[in-house]
Amino acid sequence: MANMAQAIRLALNYSEKNLQLKDVFGQDVGAPLGGVFTATQGLKTSWNTPLDERGIISMAMGIAMAGDRCVAEIQFCDYIFNTIDLLKIAGNTLWCTNGQYNLPMTVMTPVGAGIRGSVYHSHSFDSWASRIQGWKVVMPSTPLDAYGLLLSAIKDPNPVLFLKPKALMRVRGDELIPGEPSDEKELKMRIDAPIGDRSKWKADWPQTTEYLVEIGKGKITRQGEQITVVSWGRHLLLANEIADELKADGVSVEVIDLRSIYPYDWDMIKTSVAKTGRVLIVNEDTEVTNFGEHLIYRVVQELFYQLLARPRLIAGKNVPGIGLHPNLEDATVPQKAEIKSAILEIIEEVP
Amino acid sequence: MFSSRLPLGFRLKNGAWGAFLSYSKTTSSKSNSAKAEAKKKSLIKMSSKKAPATAKSVKSSASSQSLGQLSDKTLIQMLDLMIKSRVLEERLIKIYRAGESYFWIGGPGEEAWGVPIGLLANKGQGVKHDFLHLHYRCTPTLIAMGMPMKDSIRLMMNRVTDPSTGGRNFSNHYCIPEMNIAPVTSPIGVQYGIALGTAHAQKRAGAKAISIVTGGDAGTAEGDFASCLIWASRKDNELPMLITVQNNYWGISTSYEGQHGETNIADRARGFNIRSRVVNGNDPVESYIALKEEMDYIRKTGKPSFIEAKVSRLYGHSSASGANLVTSEEDCIKSFSDKLVSKKIITEKEVKAIWSGYEEEALRATEEARGEGSPTSESIWDHVFADNENSDWRKF
Repeated sequence: MANMAQAIRLALNYSEKNLQLKDVFGQDVGAPLGGVFTATQGLKTSWNTPLDERGIISMAMGIAMAGDRCVAEIQFCDYIFNTIDLLKIAGNTLWCTNGQYNLPMTVMTPVGAGIRGSVYHSHSFDSWASRIQGWKVVMPSTPLDAYGLLLSAIKDPNPVLFLKPKALMRVRGDELIPGEPSDEKELKMRIDAPIGDRSKWKADWPQTTEYLVEIGKGKITRQGEQITVVSWGRHLLLANEIADELKADGVSVEVIDLRSIYPYDWDMIKTSVAKTGRVLIVNEDTEVTNFGEHLIYRVVQELFYQLLARPRLIAGKNVPGIGLHPNLEDATVPQKAEIKSAILEIIEEVP
Repeated sequence: MFSSRLPLGFRLKNGAWGAFLSYSKTTSSKSNSAKAEAKKKSLIKMSSKKAPATAKSVKSSASSQSLGQLSDKTLIQMLDLMIKSRVLEERLIKIYRAGESYFWIGGPGEEAWGVPIGLLANKGQGVKHDFLHLHYRCTPTLIAMGMPMKDSIRLMMNRVTDPSTGGRNFSNHYCIPEMNIAPVTSPIGVQYGIALGTAHAQKRAGAKAISIVTGGDAGTAEGDFASCLIWASRKDNELPMLITVQNNYWGISTSYEGQHGETNIADRARGFNIRSRVVNGNDPVESYIALKEEMDYIRKTGKPSFIEAKVSRLYGHSSASGANLVTSEEDCIKSFSDKLVSKKIITEKEVKAIWSGYEEEALRATEEARGEGSPTSESIWDHVFADNENSDWRKF
């Protein structure tokens, strides 16, 4: 099975061939490195930019304005903050021009902690992104979803932010991408750049086919009856693990992988919470004005009389950064034990 | 209508924008303006040695020998368009003063530079034509490209018929996809970066089209200006861009000296091996010839070029600073008009007729625009996403 970095690479290769993707660019995105997480190795259209995030976003906006499709990368979301007014403009261009100029551009950037990345390689951006109107925002938790969401992002006529949970870039899924060789070693041989001299290396791309994950649609990854856990990205996998462990103890947890932050799958959340009466939102962006608070607001507004317990949010602590020492990082971003305890507490709560 | 609820002058004294600045270039010391004017002339004189200009492709009469050998027809056309743009801007200011609009910002005084850009651009839609990334003093360029006066007035009066924004944005924030006019933004400088992308796509298309970017001198302090110089000049990856700065020596109320250590802004481009020159942007002939030479160079080589145009700012920054006429700076229309009259290319009577004709047109357009509809409250959700896909979370 492909890991997420390979899945992204396959999606970009498919898009170069079939979706008129003309440019994939960013810092270290082109040869020889092919991205700090190797997600852009071997592509025909990839190129390296100056170390200038504002230039990268501006370039993407201009390319999109000219009508070409592009994928721009900000190497880590920690460095996207100096582009935020450009992201605002990219998001409001269609609206400000009364529908005249749409910007079909995709920006991808690694997010979140989990690799001991210290203060400036651990930020999250999902809650920030939810406040930049005019953008669609997606975040996969599996390689197959990464492939399907990225194809949808590139096809979309709007700007789409594709958030890559960096701690999952080497994690393999349990579903093949359509056209992917079933042998992991074969895939590696064909599309992973060799160590050392790469000047003559060319990828031998498998013929993957179109597989789309619709933006705005979540996925129920675990069926359950007693509580709904809504998460995305890295913490979705933790939620799955916890649901599996609790199932052995007779606790039934429904897990929703939101996949799209905006637009989001309210129907799926509403149906699930109406059934369970209990909800926990989990993500690692900081907790004050966290996107999960919006979801809880809506749960309270629309499902108040069906709730059996107070809705809860577990998110990153509201501190300026994520410290390097494991004691600091682990105390800052949600941990498995904390999530598990919260699930049990909510289930035991009596109205 | 706005004017029926608030008395004339209310917004100037107490409105959100009127309160912003009680001072302006018009109220700042005249000696500063005169000093800036003297310095401007001195710097242009210095730079002109580096860029002797001739236009070879235009016919001239004996009377226009000292006017860059441009034909009488071109000279009169430029004067006509400059007057048209000025009349329009002054009409926009009157609309603001009458309480029929909330804010004015524009480019009166910068016509001698803006009109030639519009005349020389390869007009059309798509990568085979020039893209124009303009700032909010670009009315002269768009008038020269054929924008009807009424469309600017509709934008000023927030009419639903405003073809640029549908009543959503300020005056001079134009957007005309049919002519590759990229949306004008309020944040200054961002257009310098966005132009890189259209230039990149044009280079790929290989049609000799270029991206033209304009901005003010104050906006060159933004990082996007530096980004533009860096990305446009990368070795073997140069971009077909005409990078320009309209240096009117002011950034709202900050003087040139308050921001710039460099002698000329054009000097910065030279540091990136970008061909660069300074022109007297109050002279439409010098501007026309310089623009044509640089556009030809870019189309031929695929490489960027840079022009800094020294211009006047005749009505201050915006309505927030009063939008009053400055008399201490050169009025490029008066200078050019006097020159053409003295050379008997046009008569004073003909010049007056141009003014009065456009004044009538602007007044008529205002009356027509006044009667057009307003955007509806329900329309706020329109065009958040393409094809009007729902973006209201209440309906997810």
